[in-house]
Formats: sequence, structure tokens, C-alpha cells
Amino acid sequence: MSDATTDATLPKTAAAETPEGPWRVALRKLFRDRTAVGAIIVLVLIVLACCAAPLYAKYVSQSDPFQSNLDGSITLDGNSVDIMQADTAGLGLGVTPIGPTWHGQYFFGADNQGRDVAARMLYGGQNSLLISFFATVVTLVLAAIIGTIAGFIGGLTDTVLARLLDVLWAFPVYLLAISLSIVFISKGIQIGPFTIPSNSLILPIMIIGIVYVPYVARPIRGQVMSLTRSDFVLAARCLGVPSFRILVRDILPNVTTTLIVFAPLMMALNMLTESALSFLSIGVQPPNASWGTIILDGEDLLYTQPMVAIAPGLAIIITVLALNFLGDGVRDAFDPRAKLRVKKD
Amino acid sequence: MTLRRWLHSSALALIAASGLAAATAVTAQAADHMGGTLNLTGASAAGTIDPQINYTSQFWSVLFITNDGLVAFKHVSGESSNDVVPDLATAIPAPQDGGKTYVFTIRKGVKFSNGKDVTPDDVVATFQRIFKVSNPNAGSWYNVIVGADACLKTPATCTLAGGVVADDAANTVTFHLTQPDSEFFYKLATPFGDIVPADTAAKDLGTSPAPATGPYMITSYDPQKNMILKRNPYYKEWSKDAQPAGYVDTINYTFGPKPEDEVTAIENGQQDWMFDSPPSDRLPEMASKFPNSIHINPLFAIYYAPMNVNIAPFNNKDARLAVNYALNRKSAVNIYGGPRLAVPNCQVLPPGFPGYKAYCPYTKNPGSKWSAPDMVKAKALMKASGQIGQPVTVIADDQNVDPALGTYLVSVLNELGFKATLKVISANIQFTYIQNTKNNVQISISQWYQDYPAASDFINVLLSCGSFHPGSDASINISGFCDKGIDAEINKNLITAVTDQKAANAEWGKIDAELVDQAPWATMFTPKQLDFVSARLKNFTFSDQFHMIYSQVWVQ
Repeated sequence: MSDATTDATLPKTAAAETPEGPWRVALRKLFRDRTAVGAIIVLVLIVLACCAAPLYAKYVSQSDPFQSNLDGSITLDGNSVDIMQADTAGLGLGVTPIGPTWHGQYFFGADNQGRDVAARMLYGGQNSLLISFFATVVTLVLAAIIGTIAGFIGGLTDTVLARLLDVLWAFPVYLLAISLSIVFISKGIQIGPFTIPSNSLILPIMIIGIVYVPYVARPIRGQVMSLTRSDFVLAARCLGVPSFRILVRDILPNVTTTLIVFAPLMMALNMLTESALSFLSIGVQPPNASWGTIILDGEDLLYTQPMVAIAPGLAIIITVLALNFLGDGVRDAFDPRAKLRVKKD
Repeated sequence: MTLRRWLHSSALALIAASGLAAATAVTAQAADHMGGTLNLTGASAAGTIDPQINYTSQFWSVLFITNDGLVAFKHVSGESSNDVVPDLATAIPAPQDGGKTYVFTIRKGVKFSNGKDVTPDDVVATFQRIFKVSNPNAGSWYNVIVGADACLKTPATCTLAGGVVADDAANTVTFHLTQPDSEFFYKLATPFGDIVPADTAAKDLGTSPAPATGPYMITSYDPQKNMILKRNPYYKEWSKDAQPAGYVDTINYTFGPKPEDEVTAIENGQQDWMFDSPPSDRLPEMASKFPNSIHINPLFAIYYAPMNVNIAPFNNKDARLAVNYALNRKSAVNIYGGPRLAVPNCQVLPPGFPGYKAYCPYTKNPGSKWSAPDMVKAKALMKASGQIGQPVTVIADDQNVDPALGTYLVSVLNELGFKATLKVISANIQFTYIQNTKNNVQISISQWYQDYPAASDFINVLLSCGSFHPGSDASINISGFCDKGIDAEINKNLITAVTDQKAANAEWGKIDAELVDQAPWATMFTPKQLDFVSARLKNFTFSDQFHMIYSQVWVQ
């Protein structure tokens, strides 16, 4: 009897018994969550659409969304139509921008400067996504550093950092963001030779990123404190493993999943905050646009051309919902305590 | 008595009786409309209610019915509203000493709202107070009074000795001027010249009103909430032209609502009038649903973009000319609400104003009227200026159409090749911010409404060397424009105006054209005043000087 069959099955058995890595398991869980997958698809489509803004402006809208076009006209169904339409009835008062054409040009209509709202929305989306993404990075990095140092070192360092977080936490987040924005956006920042102009996107990124740090740093600190007292860390200490090595090899990998779970949720929050600040004229500064600034543009047109405010509002709702659904999926996938049914192959 | 004489007498009696009956009917009709509360609203208050300090059209309309000067602009509609009539003085005095002396006789029996009589001493104290509280125009309007120089140097000890002299026995006040001033009565007729009691504190009164003489008095004022005006118990009509009695019993001026909400409140009858311009997107709806509630009147005003001629890039004349050629004034008019509400303008003076002579070089077909922007010429000038790529910040305030005009101007500047950005700041500070040279403002959006009907109120006030005060918040020559040659012409013409107003006005037209050629501004348009009132508000009376006269409208 030959052992050939047994030999042949050996590697197969070994492969089947090799445990899947935690990342792979999490990703598998994530991609089995239909809602999360749907959210990812929606987000990818939004990002792609926003990236295509210059192409849309050039080939579809055929207009510069940052230049006023108060005296222009477009051809619609063979007829020349003014972009800013003077009221001819009654007393002949007022000039109203063209409404949604549902065609390539001025799909969502024009704002009060005669600019194509659809094209501006795509450019504005770039800034909204960019700010919310990088503000999330700032929040997570700062929160990870502060939370880990406070939780791992403990003692006086923890007391000082925790109280600082408490102070920051004590301010209503929007009030703090508005106050910082008013201070910095009026004049920009100059530190030595480095100048950040008042219209730079770095300002809203930093402001939004910083105000949310306590919201992430405190749970991270708690988790690190818990991990520091766990058996495997105590074992490592007993074996004489250096603290830095424990931090890098044992603590941070465990914290990383928490940060990943926070990422989409924070991005959704940051997007809402950015929109609010921009709506109040203290976020993205003209001539740049964001979904918040476009809603502000539409505020004066709510009675006549509500689509100018509704369209970017819908974009924010869809993106934030998608990020929240993705956040739920990521949490279920990465949190080992989450109860998600995963079918075995 | 013959039949003829009898008929004649009877006819006269009949006419007299009819006249009396008509007069009685008018009085009765007017009496029918007495009472009620007039509800006014504005997005924000206009600061202090000190008549010697406040310099806003919003509160000048209020001071117009609460306070009186020696003379006043007529409280009527139409062109007559530019006429000056005696108010607390019994008559307009004839000039003496070649126009350097005026003797006013003070009207007897007029009382302040605290019950005290108006006396010559109050008049003297008022004019001292103009300097003591640093009136915005103390140095430019009242500097012709003898003793003003000393008052400007040390305001706290101002006496105007020899300049304003009271004679209690004769009940007169004599003004001695250092030189004749053709606009002296106009300057006395503005709220700066309103007489306050001699014991009024020589500091900004803020929200505490000084006793005054008009038919209404301010009983409370909270800039965050409202202002209440009630009838002055000591008021008794002495001149219908100068200060007629009012119809409503109470005026409630609410501050805070946004213009959108103001329009809705008026449509619903919750408010009677709004100070702010209605948002342009509401205009078609207002015009179609409430055509009888809309009153459109011409204004002597301009919307303009002053360019700082002392710093880059607008210290380069070609760059300034390029902006003027590139500016599509039709677009700016559209932002304001369309051609029914504004007319394109290239000049310093508004159309129809004394001295105005139509002139517009910054258009495709240069001449007297703007027709279209000339981008080819603008870009050529821009290239010649060497300012392409220069960063420019446009400063606009956050009220009404100003942010939209700022956005449009940024677009024009970027099209020309500048790297322009917009900075929108609160209307509470924008006007002083753009005046102060320390803020290095390059270009901004601003407006100017006439103080009184004289060309110098635009040309001399806004573009003379004397109006430019580097480092000060009160430097109304926002461009910092100072051309010694033009300044000499202005000063010469101010003298000419004393004796020959017609010749002076012709000269103002020439000076206006010279200023336009220097392009310290890009003038955009002259607006019209649109008043949107409630259905119950009647007898709408519009003065060129102070717009809707609150005391002359009725609500019942």
C-alpha cells in the first residue's frame, strides 16, 4: 500500500488547520455585510465623481464653476436661455438664476452668480471629502498618541493629559470649532517663517481634527490601561521585555482595530462639522467651495431655486449615511466581541 | 346790496365754506388715522443713538422724527424734501459779512421731552459737543466755524469762543465762520446739528437717548432686541414743513430677523416695514402677490469698489483702469435685483444729482452711457500694468447683496489675471476696517448715500486730500486718493458755490470726469430704494434725505 494518498493530503490538512489572520477574518466579515458593501460602493462612486470634477466642468457643464456668469446664456432644446432670468411679469422686479435643466449643462441649475451648481458640487465634494478625511487622520493620530501615552505611562503624565482632554471635552464641540475658526480664518496663522493663509484648507482640517481628539483619545486611553494590566503584557514584563517593545508589539496592534472602527464614524462627524463651519462662512473660504458653502449660496434662493441648497444637502446626507453604515460594518467586523454570523465555507 | 354784489358775496361765502369744510374733512380724516403701533424691522441695529455721533441712514431716519436742528429738510415727498426750512429757528437768516455770519432767532415755546425750554445756550452747547464727542465730520463740515481749530486740537475744552455766540436777551445765536460755506445750512439740517440740552454729557450716549424736541421720543433701546418710540408729551406742532405731528402712537423697531424673515413678516402683517433690501429671490413673488405694497424711489447713492491707490496692485493706474473696463455693471445690477432697482454708473456722482454730467469712458462704446464691458482693452491694460498674478483680497461686509457683489468682483479680478480672494467680515466693522490704512485693504465693496444734495458731499467728502487720514478708522477717502491739482479745483469750487451755484455745479461735473479718469474706484451702479410695506400701512411718504418718514405714515 502506497503512502502516496496520505502524503498528498498532508499539506491540505496543514493548510486547513492554519488559522486565518485577524485582518483577513475581519475583512471577510466586512465583505459579507451587504450594507457595508453597499456603503463602500456608494462612497467609491462619490469619490470617483468628485475626482472627475474637472472633466465634468470641461466636457459636460462647459463652464468654469468658479467664475461668475451673470450675463451668459445656454442652449436648451434648441433655444437660447439666459442663465440669470429677469422677471418680466408685473412690476418686473428681481433676477432669478436658471433652475435645474436635468441636462448636461446646469443639471441642478445655477447659483446667484450664474455658476453651474452640479459642477460646483463635484468640486465642493472634493474639498468636503478631503477635509473630512484628513481631519479624521489628524484626530486619530493625535488621539492615538495622547491616549497611548496617558494609558501606558500612567501616573502624573496620565493625570495631566487626561485633565487636558477633560478641558477640551468640556467645550461644546461646535462652539469650540466656531471659536477657533473665527480666530484663525480671519488672519491665518503665522509661526516663524511658516504661514498658513486664511483660505487654506489646512485650517479647517486642523481645527476639526483637534476638536474631536478627546472623543477618540479617552476610549483609547481606557483600552491601553486595560491592556497594560492584561496577563500577556504582565507576562511580557516578567520576561524582561522592554516597555517600548511591549508598546509596539502588544499594545498598538490591539489599539489599531479601535482606531479603524472609529475612522468612518469620525469621518462622517467631520464632514458634518466641516459643512456647518462652511455654511457659517468660517470653513472653506471662497473662491473654494464645499458642500457647506454651496448650501450657504442656496440659502438666499430657497424660495425660488431650492435645488441649489437641496442638492449639496442630499450629497452630505448620502455620504454621511454611507460612512455610518460602513462604520457599523467595520465595527462588527473588527470588534471581536461583536456578534456577527459568518457562514463557514 | 345789488343782486350782483349779493351773488358775489354769496359765492365767496360758499367758497370759504367749502374750503373750511374741505379743511375740516382733511383734519377729520387725518384724525381718523391717528393711533396704533407702527412695526419696523431691521436685521441689526445701527449703533449709538447719539445724534452728534451716529452716521447711519438707518438711525438718521429715526432722528429725523425725534430731534430738530435750527433748520431742517422738509418732511415731505418728492424734490421738495431737499429744501431746507426753518425748524427751531424762526427763519432762515440772511447771510451777513459776505456769508461769514448768520444770526438765528430761536423759536420760543419749544420744549425738550424732559419739559425744559430750548434756549440759545443749548444751541451753543450742542455745537461745542460736536467737537467734544469727536463727531465724524467735525473736521470736514464744522471746521469753518470760528474757534473750530482749537476745538479739533483739544476737544475736551472746546468753547467755540467767537464762533457760536448766544444772546439770551435777544433769544438769538450767531454763527461766525472763517469763510463762506454754501452748504452750511445743509450741514445744520442733518442730525449732527440736532439741538440737545446744554447739560447733555459730552460723551457717546450709546443706548440712552438725549431729551429731544420732535413728535416722538425714544423710550427704550436695546440694540440686540428693539427700540420703542412713543409720543413726546411736550411736543406741539410749530411747523408742518419742518416737523409735522405724527400719526401712530407707538413705533416698535425690532432688530434681528434676517431679510428673508422680514419679508415674510410683512407679507403676514406682523411687521409694517423693513429697513433692509429684500432678498432678490423674493422680489418676483413680492411683485406678483403684493404689487401695492411696493414703493420704488430713486436714491442719490452709489455702490462702488474703492481701490487703494497707495499699495500694490492698485497703485498702478493701468490696473485700476483694467478693473473699470472689465467690470460688467449689468451683472452688478442683476445681483442687486435687476434694472428696475438699479442703473449702471461709472461716475462719482449719481444720476440726477446736482453737478451730474453723464460720462462713462469704461465701456465698449465710450461716451455718456455704460453699455458693456470691454475685456479686450481691460486685458491689454492688465498686461501693460505688469500686475498679472498679484494677490488681491476683496473685503465685503456680510449684509444684503454685498457678499454676492464681492464674489462677483473676485471673479472679475481672477479673469483679469489677479489671484483674488474674498474676505467677508461683519457689517458692524467692515466700514471702519476698510478705511484704516493699517489694515492694508486693497479693494473693497462700499456704498455712499448722500448726506445732503450737494456734489461736494460725494466729491469733497470721498476723494479730497482732507478726507484721507492714514491710520485712522475715520478716513472716508477709502482709496487714499489725493491729487493736489484736483484738490485745488475742489477747494476753488467750494468758494464759487457760495455765490454762483450754477457755475459751481458745472465745474463739479468737470471734476467728476477728472476723477473718473483717474479711476480711484470702480463705480458699479446707483441703486433705487425699494420699500416693502404691509397692507395696512398707508400715506407712504418718501423723503430724498431720510427715506420713509415714519411720522407721516398711518396704520389704521
